[in-house]
Amino acid sequence: MIRYLPLLLANVTRKKARLLLTVGSYAVALFLFGLLSAVDAAFSQGVEVAGADRLIVRNRVSLIMPLPISYRDRMLALPGVRTVTFATWFGGIYQEERNFFPNFAVDPDRYLETYPEFLVDPGQWADFLKDREACAVGQKLAQRFGWKVGDRIPLKGTIWPGVWEFNLRVIYRGSRPEDDEGQFWFRYDYLEERRPWGKGTVGWYIVRVTDPDRAAAVARAIDERFANSSYETAAETEKAFAAGFVRQMGNIQALILAIGSVVFFTLLLVTGNVMAITVRERLAEIGVLKTLGFSDGAVLGLLLLESCLYAAVGAALGLLGAKAFTLAGDPTGGLLVAFYVSWGRLGAGFLLALAVGLAAGLFPGLAAMRLKIVDALRRV
Amino acid sequence: MAVPLVYNLRSIKVRWASTSVAVLGIAGAVAVFVAVLSLARGFELTLVESGSPRNALVRRAGASAEMESVVTLEQVRIIADAPGVARDRSGRPLVSAEVVAIGPFRHRASASEALAQVRGVSEEALRIRDNLRVSEGRFLRPGLAELVVGKNAAVLYEGFSLGESPRFGGRTWKVVGILDASGSAFDSEVWADARVLNQTFKRPEYIFQSVTVRLESPEALPAFEKALKADPRLTVQVDREDRYYAKQSRVVSTLIRVLGYLVAGVMAVGALFAALNTLYSALAARTREVAVLRALGFSPRDVVFSWLFEALVIALLGGLLGDLLVIPLNGLTTSTINWQTFSQIAFAFRVTPELLLRGLLFALAMGLVGGLPPALRAARIPVAAALREL
Repeated sequence: MIRYLPLLLANVTRKKARLLLTVGSYAVALFLFGLLSAVDAAFSQGVEVAGADRLIVRNRVSLIMPLPISYRDRMLALPGVRTVTFATWFGGIYQEERNFFPNFAVDPDRYLETYPEFLVDPGQWADFLKDREACAVGQKLAQRFGWKVGDRIPLKGTIWPGVWEFNLRVIYRGSRPEDDEGQFWFRYDYLEERRPWGKGTVGWYIVRVTDPDRAAAVARAIDERFANSSYETAAETEKAFAAGFVRQMGNIQALILAIGSVVFFTLLLVTGNVMAITVRERLAEIGVLKTLGFSDGAVLGLLLLESCLYAAVGAALGLLGAKAFTLAGDPTGGLLVAFYVSWGRLGAGFLLALAVGLAAGLFPGLAAMRLKIVDALRRV
Repeated sequence: MAVPLVYNLRSIKVRWASTSVAVLGIAGAVAVFVAVLSLARGFELTLVESGSPRNALVRRAGASAEMESVVTLEQVRIIADAPGVARDRSGRPLVSAEVVAIGPFRHRASASEALAQVRGVSEEALRIRDNLRVSEGRFLRPGLAELVVGKNAAVLYEGFSLGESPRFGGRTWKVVGILDASGSAFDSEVWADARVLNQTFKRPEYIFQSVTVRLESPEALPAFEKALKADPRLTVQVDREDRYYAKQSRVVSTLIRVLGYLVAGVMAVGALFAALNTLYSALAARTREVAVLRALGFSPRDVVFSWLFEALVIALLGGLLGDLLVIPLNGLTTSTINWQTFSQIAFAFRVTPELLLRGLLFALAMGLVGGLPPALRAARIPVAAALREL
C-alpha cells in the first residue's frame, strides 16, 4: 500500500488549480455542515442540556400567569419530590431593547443546587447571599457588555416599572460548552420587596425528583394535587418543556436537512465530475499502468484513494474552520443561546465527506477498472 | 472583432454534463439566498401590515409589549378624550381598549401544545382597523364566551374551526366567526370579549393592556402624544401602530437574515468553486480550440470576453433555475414563535420580483468572479505551443 503513496501524491498534486478547487469545495461544504450543526444545536440547545431529574411546573392556563408561593411547601410534601425551587421572569431591559437577554428573579437558597451544571466561585456566591441587590450573570453575558464583579447594573423594568439597580456579585460558567452562559439572575426577595403587584407569586417552579425514571409520575401527581384549584398547574420534564419551545420555532431541522442534502448532492456532482475528467485525461496512463502489471483492483483502489484524499483533506479543513468560527462567537450578536458544534458532529461530517469521496470516485474508477489495455493505448 | 456568441452557446450545449454541475451549484446558492430573503420579508410584512399609520397604540410607560402593560378604564376614558382622536358620525371616539393573554393550544402540525395570542376586544376593534373583517359567521357578542378566530389560527390549532367548542382557561368557548385580517398578525390570533377574558384569567374586569386609537390623520399623532404625556393622570407611552409592529418583527427577521446570509454566502463560495472547476476543466480540454481562435486572428481581449460571456451564461442559467425553484414557495404559510409576544405567528414566504432580481444579480456576480481567472488564463495561452499539441 505504502509504496503507492508517491504515485498517489504525484497524481493529486499534478494540477494545482484542480487540487485547490476540489479540496476547497469539500472544505466549503463541510464548513457549512459544521455551521448548520451549530445552528441546529442552538435551537435545540435547551433539549440537550435539560436535566433528566428536573420538572418544570407552570400555570396551566399560560406560561406568563403566575403560581402562588405557597405551592412550594405543598409540592415538597408529595412523594418523589426532592427539592423545589422557583424563578420569576423579570423582562428588564439593559440600556436599549435590542440588548435582550433573559433576566429573572431566583430563589437564592436552592436555585444553584438545582442547576449543578452552572459553576460558581463559592466566595462570590457567599457575597450574593449577603447582598439583597446582588445579581449573577453568565460569563458570555459579562463579556458581551464588559461587566466585572462589583459593577452596578441598571435594568429598566417592563413588567414592574422603574429602573432597578443590581450589584454584580457572581459570574458563573457552564460546565459544558452547550450550557447557557447568557442569563441574568437576581434575588427573589429583592423583587418581592420592590414590586408593587404580583407579591406572593412566582413565575415557575423547578422540581427535582428523587428518581428520574419516575419523573412522569411525579409530574402527574403534582398536576392532580392542584387540579380544580384556582391556579392549576402543568408539570412536565425539563426536556419536554424545552422540546415544546423548539417545536414552536418551526421545523428548523427539516430546513437544515434540506439545505444540507442540496449541498451534498451538488458536492457529489462536482467531485464526480472532476474524477470523471481526471480519468478521461489519464486514459493513456491507466493503460500504461495496466501494461506494467497493475491489477484492475489496484487501479480502482488508486482512484478511490485519490478521491477520498480530496475529501479527507477538504473535510478536515472545513470542519476545523467551522469549529474555529463557532468558537469565535455567535454571528447574530447574542440572539442565539449557544453557538457550538460538538466533536461528535464533526466526526459525523468527516465520515459523510469520505462517503461522498468514495461515491464520487466509484463510477470513474469502475470505468477505469474495466478499461481494456488495447483501448486505452489506442488513443495515444 | 468579437468571437461569435454562438460559439459559446454551442460549447455550453456540447459540454452539458460538466456545465450542469456549475449551473446546479449556482442554482442552489441562489435558491437558498432568495428563499431566506423572502422568508424574512414575509415575516416583516406580516407584522408591518398589522399596523396602520393612522392608529396609535397606547401602553403603560416602560412596557415593551402589550402583554406587560396595564391601563385602567379611567385612563382609557382620558385617552379617548385627547385631541386628534377620530370620532364616528354619532360623535363616539374610535378607541379600542384591549386585553392580551396567551393560551396553550394544540398545534396541528407538531401535534403538541403551542402558544397562541388571545386578544380580548370589543366591537371597536374591527372599526378602528382597516383590512379586518369577519369572513365567516358573525362577530362575538359582549358578555358571552364566544370566540372569533383568525383564519391562520383556525388552521394552526385543533378545535378552532367555525362552530367548534374549544376549552381553555377552565371554560368552554364557542367559535362563532372567522376573522380575515389580510395576512397580518391578527390572522394568528384568537379574539374573545375583553371582560369575559379578564374573568377567565381572574383579572379585574375593567383592566386593559393596550388602547388603540384611530387618529383623525397620521399627522395628528404628535399633538395626541404630547397631550397624553402632559396629563399627570397618565404614565403611558405612545407608538404609531405600524412602527410598533415593525419593531416586533426585528428579532426574528434579523435572526433569519443573519443565518440566511451566512448559509447563502458559504454556498456561494462553494458554487464559485464549482464554476471555477468547471471552467478550468473546460479550458484544459479546449486549449487547442482557444489556440485556433487566436491563430484565426482573434485578440487576447476577444478571448477573455468570449470566456466571460460563457461564464455569465452559465451563471444566468443557474440564477434562473434557482429562482424557478423558489417561486413555488411564494404564499406558502409557515409559523414560528414571535419572541416579543411569546406566541405563534403565521406568515407566508413573499417571493417578490425584486428579490428574484437580486437572486439573478447574485448569480451573475458569481459568474463574473468565477469566470474571470479562467478567462485570463485562456487569453495567455501560447498559440504555437498549444497548436503543436494537436
